[in-house]
Amino acid sequence: IANSYNRPTLIQLQNTREEEEEQQTTAQQEEQTKRWEATELEEEHVHDAAVPPLAGDPPAADPPSPPPSKDDFQEELVIRPLHSGDIYASFQFRTVWDADFMGDQKVSHYRLFPKSLGQVITKFSVRELHISFTQGYWRTMQWGQPYLPSPPGAELWVWFQDTVTDVDGTWKELTNVLSGIFCASLNFIDSTNTVQPSASFKPLGIGNVTDHSFLRYATLPREIVCTENLTPWKKLLPCGSKAGLSVLLKSEKLFHSTFHSQAVHVRPVCQDPQCRTTSMELRQTLNVVFDLHTSGQGKREWSLFKMFSRTLTEACPLASSSKVYVDVTDNPQGEQFELSPATPLLTQAVVLGDRRTYSVYDLTQQASFGSSRSLNMLLRWKMLRPLLHSERYVAGYGLQAGEIHTLIYNHHPYRAFPVLLLSAVPWYLRLYIHTLTVSSKGKDNRPSYIHYQPSKDRERPHLLEMLLQLPPNSVTEVTVEFERALLKWTEYTPDPNHGFYVGSSVISALVPSVVAMDTNSTLDRPLFSSFFPCKEEASYFMRVYTEPLLVNLPTPDFSMPYNVICLTCTVVAVGYGSLYNLLTRTFQVDEPSPGLAKRIANVIRRFRGVPLL
Amino acid sequence: MVGVPLWWRTTETYRAWLPVNQINELAELQVCLCYRSMAHWTRYVHPVLGYQAGCHLRILNEILARDHSGDDTLSVLHVEADLSLHTLSASPCGSVVVYVIPETSVLLPQGVDVYIGHRRTAVLRMGAPMSVGKNHKQLLAHLEPRITQVVQVMSFSHTDITAALSDRVRLSPGSKESLADSMRSFKSSPGYEITFSLLNPDPKSHRLDWDIEGAVHSYIQPLLTKLAPLANFSIDSQILYYAMLGVNPRFDSSLEAYTLNADSLAHVINPVEARLGSNAASSNPVLNFLLYVPDAHHSPLYIHDHQKQPVASNAFHSPRWGGIMVYNVNDLYGRGETPLPVNININMEKVMGVFLAQLRLMLGVQSSPAPPGFLVEPCGGAGLADWELDRLMWSRTVENVATATTTITSLAQLLDQIGNIVINDNIASQVSSTVTSLQLAVAELEAGNLGFALQYSKEAILASERAFFDPSLLHLLYFPDDQKFAIYIPLFLPMCVPILLSLIKIASEARQRRKLKQSKKD
Repeated sequence: IANSYNRPTLIQLQNTREEEEEQQTTAQQEEQTKRWEATELEEEHVHDAAVPPLAGDPPAADPPSPPPSKDDFQEELVIRPLHSGDIYASFQFRTVWDADFMGDQKVSHYRLFPKSLGQVITKFSVRELHISFTQGYWRTMQWGQPYLPSPPGAELWVWFQDTVTDVDGTWKELTNVLSGIFCASLNFIDSTNTVQPSASFKPLGIGNVTDHSFLRYATLPREIVCTENLTPWKKLLPCGSKAGLSVLLKSEKLFHSTFHSQAVHVRPVCQDPQCRTTSMELRQTLNVVFDLHTSGQGKREWSLFKMFSRTLTEACPLASSSKVYVDVTDNPQGEQFELSPATPLLTQAVVLGDRRTYSVYDLTQQASFGSSRSLNMLLRWKMLRPLLHSERYVAGYGLQAGEIHTLIYNHHPYRAFPVLLLSAVPWYLRLYIHTLTVSSKGKDNRPSYIHYQPSKDRERPHLLEMLLQLPPNSVTEVTVEFERALLKWTEYTPDPNHGFYVGSSVISALVPSVVAMDTNSTLDRPLFSSFFPCKEEASYFMRVYTEPLLVNLPTPDFSMPYNVICLTCTVVAVGYGSLYNLLTRTFQVDEPSPGLAKRIANVIRRFRGVPLL
Repeated sequence: MVGVPLWWRTTETYRAWLPVNQINELAELQVCLCYRSMAHWTRYVHPVLGYQAGCHLRILNEILARDHSGDDTLSVLHVEADLSLHTLSASPCGSVVVYVIPETSVLLPQGVDVYIGHRRTAVLRMGAPMSVGKNHKQLLAHLEPRITQVVQVMSFSHTDITAALSDRVRLSPGSKESLADSMRSFKSSPGYEITFSLLNPDPKSHRLDWDIEGAVHSYIQPLLTKLAPLANFSIDSQILYYAMLGVNPRFDSSLEAYTLNADSLAHVINPVEARLGSNAASSNPVLNFLLYVPDAHHSPLYIHDHQKQPVASNAFHSPRWGGIMVYNVNDLYGRGETPLPVNININMEKVMGVFLAQLRLMLGVQSSPAPPGFLVEPCGGAGLADWELDRLMWSRTVENVATATTTITSLAQLLDQIGNIVINDNIASQVSSTVTSLQLAVAELEAGNLGFALQYSKEAILASERAFFDPSLLHLLYFPDDQKFAIYIPLFLPMCVPILLSLIKIASEARQRRKLKQSKKD
């Protein structure tokens, strides 16, 4: 056998993170084009099959008699407005399967229960498995208790069956496999971060296990949870992200939140109240806290669409129950907020030692969706919005160019008013003033006054000041493009990768007032109301600061470690050199050198050819 | 003086001893494949030939004696003969027994020269009439090409072996067709995962129910039991909801059906494949068999081949991946009267017939068409004849040996080229066990003991893979020399300066002393 084939030396990473399904390379498709072929069925194979063919017509058209379903799927969403103004949404998907994973019979035919997880449970003889991935920290003081607590990062705890002999080896293999399934770095779990709690983590399912040598618990606080963990999690659901509550699980919104936690809990539960037989329960939970305060333009109101950028249109057809609960305990008479569409269904439940009231939407009822065939719950807080506020951000990508956007909101329903916008931008962001655009309501809004002072490198910043008229109930957007300058290496801050700050823009405005202002005296008024002088009756002066910007500049690679190596090596070498010198140099008494006059005389004598002194 | 050995000792990498010479010998391995073939002669033909098996003869005679009732029984005669001959002498794995019967025998039907049964026996009709009295050698010479032909069908031929080696040995470019044939079946592996997936694109339109457990038990399991010496098989099934095909089928108004062209088949499974999932608990190759039931609005769906003709089985397969079958249930929807979702029970017999055929292709059990004059008994309940299993074992053994050899030689090359890699003792032991197993496998192969050869070759491949993919081999792989220089130069360069200066000084002093001596002499 000749050997003319070399294996590639690099082992390809097995877990290439799964992209969204649609992204398939065309190259791969090209390759496959040639390989597909139709199956030619030889008759003999069919008839050779062991079971004698049934006589008469093929029984494909059996009378529709659904067999007793051995598995059951439920889905549920709870939304709770928190006191801090954030919204807490908690999803739970529960699959119960009357299969005996702990028996001798191998479970290998799956319906609603995900195959990948079932195989893992079978192979590693897992009794209970709890795994959670969390981004952010649950602030109990501000938010109250979560329905399902979880620590930041990844947490995994597993009860093995008592048939497992090498628990540590199985645990190691299990973490590796789970890290492949969930695209997480669970493979970093090893003996250095694994413990066997003796009392805290009792099995949550049935079974009275006391021998904690079959329990392993580990956390990875550093684990960063992102969309690549969500995609495999969603794949475990029977309806995927195609129908039911799971259509709301879009990563671009879920990860734009202050707290995100997804978990998988597998445990044996009782099948019936007498607990004669057990079934396997898989609960997939996802908890998320949306900070709609900051991401929702300062409004506290929320809707499904605003939180998830999707609305509900149907329940998952495979689910036996599909419900949405909204916690309305804090709103008994509807004075705090109003919820639409209104639902007559109210239910009470005792959760975490507290009796709560919930509005219930049953997605399996067609009536829940109304005439528009989509359910978009909307909650509006009854509060006043400020008349003027603003936002600012940097847009663009890469490290060369960018764009500064300033948004100024006028929430006054019918009055327009002028504002003065001042922005001072450091010199290392080179503004292109010709790209300055101001627009409101989609139309060009020409400032009536512009003062622009260009920057000088390392001397003075840009100064841009303009007077803008804000139309009523509008958003005015000011954009200007810039280019990032290269700094000298000494000009970088000690942590240059943190970015460079650009100070807030200042918006000064005379805002129309609802009540008449007192322009006369400043004597009797309280101090906090008399800082800005009041010259007009119908309006008052206010100043709004935008957010400061954090801009990344191109940063050189500060190769610190190599400098340290060079420095220490040089020090060592210098020390070595002097030591070497001391060891090898021979010291001897030098004859006193002749005096200066004698040496000069000798030089002259050499010129003259006379013998030296 | 103290520092240099210390530095040498602390920075060296541990490299266990490897049997490099033996590995290099393996690289130029020549295997001679031998099959143990027994030819039994009946006294009928040649009393001259001394050796015959009396009982064999008796059985054949008995069968022939019973055969005077009429032509009806004639057709089953050879089947009976095959069975009786097998019960008589159980031939070992890998051997072929050829029975030669006289030209005039009625054992075989008219026009059939060679009959191959379920077991490892073949009955060969003596060709051209032979004059009695020719000696043994002449007779053998006369029969040799035909026996070779029989053996090629029943155990292995040149093309089988080249196909098994095609991934490892660069061959002269053969025909495209044969390449496609050789690429269709899975590569040899110690185990296979077979996954049946039922794709339900719209659970709102139909609720599917399949008795996969029973179907696997009665259709697939017999074949796999037969193949058990070759590899371990595990079977799983799952139901995937909302699994769409990647291509929108075109509506053909003349057929009143949706059609999928062979050209677009490649794009069909891409979105589905992301959801199939590999087996999380093992790393064996997965054979996927998908059953797609189109929903009410895209039904019926037919597959057309390259000639735009509908495919009878409505199924297609991809080499080394698996197959898809489209199962139309449009007649069950009624005329919009039945409320959706419709409950559908899938006829597993129809489905499993297709999947079984695909499975045989994927596992490489396809038999090349028999030469003219050959009568091959169709495979029975197990779906696989003994000699077909042997055939598979021959090619798998050769393939395993080739794979293990390639792996181990390239590992040796790699370790030879990159001196930074640590070779631990466990790697060394894996490598040497690979080499031993390989040598044993080759020896058994040459001796014709197919069962042992396969066993050893499997051991070799397992050990070689374990050695090759051991994570410890990667640790110091990327620590190139230039980085080492970069780290050591700031230390060594300044240290060298005084040493060099003093060396120069010593040299100049020595020269001066010599000059002084010379001047003194003068």
